[in-house]
Amino acid sequence: MTETVSCAVSISGLSKVFNAGKPNEVRALEDIDLAIDEGTFVSLIGPSGCGKSTLLRLIGALTHPTAGEVCVNDKSADQARLDRDYGMAFQTSGLFKWRSVTENIELPLQLMGWSKQERKDRAAEMLDLVKLSEFADHYPREMSGGMRQRVAIARALSFRPSLLLMDEPFGALDEMTREHMQTEVLDIWKKTEKTIVFVTHSIPEAVFLSERVIVMSPRPGRIAADIPVDLGERVFETREAPEFFECITEVREALRFEGNAG
Amino acid sequence: MTTREEAAQAIKKLERAAAWKRTMRRVVIFVVFIILLAVAYTGYKAFGQAVDDAQTQWPVIGRVLPRTDDLTMPPIRDIVAEFGQPPQRNNSKPLAAFIAEASLFTLREATLGFVFGVALGLGIAIIMLRSRWLERGMSPYLVASQTVPLVAIAPIIVIWGSNNLGWLPFEWTSWMSVSLIATYLTFFPVAMNGTKGLQSADPASIELMRSYAASRRQTLVRLQLPASVPYLFAAFKIAATAAIVGAIVGEISGGVKGGLGRLILDFASRYTTGPSRLYATVIGAAVLGIFAVGAVTTAEYIVLSKRKEEPLSL
Repeated sequence: MTETVSCAVSISGLSKVFNAGKPNEVRALEDIDLAIDEGTFVSLIGPSGCGKSTLLRLIGALTHPTAGEVCVNDKSADQARLDRDYGMAFQTSGLFKWRSVTENIELPLQLMGWSKQERKDRAAEMLDLVKLSEFADHYPREMSGGMRQRVAIARALSFRPSLLLMDEPFGALDEMTREHMQTEVLDIWKKTEKTIVFVTHSIPEAVFLSERVIVMSPRPGRIAADIPVDLGERVFETREAPEFFECITEVREALRFEGNAG
Repeated sequence: MTTREEAAQAIKKLERAAAWKRTMRRVVIFVVFIILLAVAYTGYKAFGQAVDDAQTQWPVIGRVLPRTDDLTMPPIRDIVAEFGQPPQRNNSKPLAAFIAEASLFTLREATLGFVFGVALGLGIAIIMLRSRWLERGMSPYLVASQTVPLVAIAPIIVIWGSNNLGWLPFEWTSWMSVSLIATYLTFFPVAMNGTKGLQSADPASIELMRSYAASRRQTLVRLQLPASVPYLFAAFKIAATAAIVGAIVGEISGGVKGGLGRLILDFASRYTTGPSRLYATVIGAAVLGIFAVGAVTTAEYIVLSKRKEEPLSL
């Protein structure tokens, strides 16, 4: 193995088989090698069933590989989880409905034994980051889907993990909110300099957000293409730039090729 | 003050007014319902007596439906008046005072039984959450425990309590045994609904807790228990009435003096000399039950409205 210290995530020879040996055996991932540099924004994209969410869960040690190795911050993925090296955001915000916005953001801090004042201060800081300060005492059910998702991101970042894992966090949002949230996430990324691994099935979303788009093929999930994206600073006009569309075409081609082969 | 805060305060005021209105409406409906019940009772009695007076030999009343004479159905005004009458010859204390004292006695037994039952039920629910295997193993026995007739186990518990609990640091009195009988009825709904409630936590939330490297205890306390609260309150309402019933039945079959059970037993054995006394005492028991459920419902309202949740409908 040739990891360097700057590797936030390093994956080698990774395979994942569900229900191994049974008639309903599924080879979800096969022969995945992937290294993600610290501070980069990487998207995993692919058709449903390509194992992109499984890959994310393997990085988070929420499930374990059948073969191969996952290292996060030069540790085993399990150790990284126990060290709280990453924060996670899912498609459903997963906020606890019995907790106010502030209390939701405080949840991981509470589990880590922070004092009340420390928690309060950090939650306020996080609310400021996601621009929801005036909703501090509201409850999840009083908020829109986009707002809830922002709270979930604030919660994931509250304990300052170096890595942020996001599993289709904007999948349930409407197009307008989605674009707005993308700008917000880039803003947060710039401010916090985290490594972000972002699972999506939207090509424009992947291209707009990432420095690198990993295209995956289905059954078994493999890395089909690793496309660098260099669009400079993202602004409103980026979405209308010809380079943006070139990148989208490149990703789409990679996906189409795999789609036909599969 | 900003307009925003003013608006928020105005909304709060409106909400409070609406809540008050809802409470008042409930009280009015409750009172109207009692009046309707009394009217129906009196109406049926008058009808039955008219049938009797006409000597029509109409067989429905008396055979199928209850008889309407004053022994079977004492007039409402007699029942109401009975509350003010002393039930003992050489004691001027009115029946209402007897019922109130007995209610407090029974309430104490029931409350202790409720607390024990909730603790036991929650303990069982947590154990069943931990292990599917234990859940499958224990469930049939839990159900079976509720089919054992209470009148059979009540004397056993009372005797066991007085004979085998002498080692406790405090003196074991028979009303505590009655609490144990109430416990026997209360733990069951809490265990059943509690298990369902603890399992109601979203799998994604469980995963989230895992991503925070939360311990099982933290997951239980921060996620599974709070998620089960609406289920638990639904169970508490059933458990509250079960605790009262358990205490009354426990007193009767365990031969414990001082509570409503004993009072009911006394008045039932002397029914022919004063049927309205028994009626009055039964009404007292019903009021106690309503009070118990009302207390739980109030607690539910306070807890859930803080969480902005609706109560789980039964």
